[in-house]
Amino acid sequence: MITLAHYIVLGAVLFCIAVAGIFINRKNVIVLLMAIELMLLAVNINFIAFSRFFGDVAGQVFVFFILTVAAAESAIGLAILTLLFRNRRTINVAEFDDLRG
Amino acid sequence: MSWNDVLTMLPELYLTGAICVLLLFDAFAGTRYRSAMHWLSMLALLVTALLVVSAQRAIPATAFSGMYVDDTLAQILKLFSILSVALVFVFSEPYLRMRKMAVGEFHTLTLFALLGIMLLVSAGNLVMIYLGLELLTLSSYALVALDRDSPRATEAAMKYFVLGALASGLLLYGMSMLYGATGTLSLPGIAATLPVTPHQSLAVFGLVFVIAGIAFKFGAAPFHMWLPDVYEGSPSAVTLFVASAPKLAAVGMALRLLDVGLHPLLPYWQDMLAVLAVASLVIGSLVAIVQSNLKRMLAYSTIGHMGFLFLGLSAGTSFGNAAAVFYAIAYVLMSTAAFGVILALARAGFEADRIDDLRGLNQRSPWFAGLMALAMFSLGGVPPLFGFWAKLLVLQSAIGAHMLWLAIVGAFAAIISLFYYLRVVKVMYFDKPAEDSALLVSSDASLRWVLSLNALALLALGVFQGPLLDWCLRGFGG
Repeated sequence: MITLAHYIVLGAVLFCIAVAGIFINRKNVIVLLMAIELMLLAVNINFIAFSRFFGDVAGQVFVFFILTVAAAESAIGLAILTLLFRNRRTINVAEFDDLRG
Repeated sequence: MSWNDVLTMLPELYLTGAICVLLLFDAFAGTRYRSAMHWLSMLALLVTALLVVSAQRAIPATAFSGMYVDDTLAQILKLFSILSVALVFVFSEPYLRMRKMAVGEFHTLTLFALLGIMLLVSAGNLVMIYLGLELLTLSSYALVALDRDSPRATEAAMKYFVLGALASGLLLYGMSMLYGATGTLSLPGIAATLPVTPHQSLAVFGLVFVIAGIAFKFGAAPFHMWLPDVYEGSPSAVTLFVASAPKLAAVGMALRLLDVGLHPLLPYWQDMLAVLAVASLVIGSLVAIVQSNLKRMLAYSTIGHMGFLFLGLSAGTSFGNAAAVFYAIAYVLMSTAAFGVILALARAGFEADRIDDLRGLNQRSPWFAGLMALAMFSLGGVPPLFGFWAKLLVLQSAIGAHMLWLAIVGAFAAIISLFYYLRVVKVMYFDKPAEDSALLVSSDASLRWVLSLNALALLALGVFQGPLLDWCLRGFGG
């Protein structure tokens, strides 16, 4: 029997993988974009699980908005990535150190 | 949906339409009508501001089943956001013209960001918070990368994008937990359900993520890593925007989420905000001292100012909230004045973004040196300027909420930060200009006049701060 808790744990695991992907990854910007996408999908699982649990559609509607915005977000991310590659000829995260943030 | 809903949302709807028209105009009119684009954008801002103030209805009003809220707080934040975007347009016009940057994109993206701000500060629902915030940040990412051929600008944009997306993810995860704890997405609904829900620990778990997301957007330490890079890397015109209106949006978002939605959890978020405030005050006042780049120094000073703003928010009282809004307004006007001077000095091939670039400004242009000094003194909180009253109010509200230690940390941070503001003044007045320095103030008349008015407003609002403070207090039923 799959309960609400299973979904929430799945969401939490995916979220942790995504955050780890952002912080551990020192190689490739595209992996960063994938991690960001995974994070939003983890949130979507939470929303849909809760929405089904409460019998309230609002959570599922929110998921549609998140999906749409995520598409726009990756479009902008990839556009910036293209510019970065054109200016730098690399997408290695460790080499982006002109600004010492 | 009724006609009343449409009327309530009229400023945002008008702005949306105006931006679409501007997009088409920019696409078809070509580069010959650059200045027309500027004036049409200013006209759109003016009409939007008039629509915000001329609303003839009882406030607070809600529209679209509570999705959209119009109250005094929203009106204050909207009017000052519109004002600061207008200042951004005036100050950056000569800069963009000189550097031949895509003017049409700058205007439309900034206006889209403004639309996001207006929706965000009027949000009555988690969905609206998220959509307004994303409209603002997605436009900001694109603006930071506006200077396509600059490796630094694109690097700053990438860092901003990754950390901003991470912040949105954290905020969303927190929102999903709040939804799970309360079963509703409406902010007043969450506030009503929280005291009776059996899952309060789930809500507190979500609150941690929400606070982290808010702190990221403010640029409060320890979530401030993106801020100095974005300030330094992006073109000065964009830095001016990033340093102004989005701070008003951040304070609006924090108040909607924490004060409207999560007020029952006040004891929890009060401590979290206090920790963030102390970290920001320490980092903001200490790290700024060692910076040689003026934009980077102002970035660290922003972090310090966000610490002060959190002092007001963490009080959790209506006076504290009003003080935070007052502080945000003061900060925005001070930073537009400071970045405005940088933009006035920038020329082709010369960014005027190092502190040393200002050496001997007083000999070249005493008036603009005076304006910059005014902005620096105000940022440092010297009485009787605007920044002094803002600092005083947040410290008062922290003491009023029995957080005396927090106020003491704030007072020390204010004293330490005064050092690096005074260093800029010293460089302008007591250092000799470099032999080959060609320090010239832009000859653009509207830039000179509006910048002067902006800086003098810091003095005027410092002396007559009463009406603005009353207005802010009215936003919280005071």
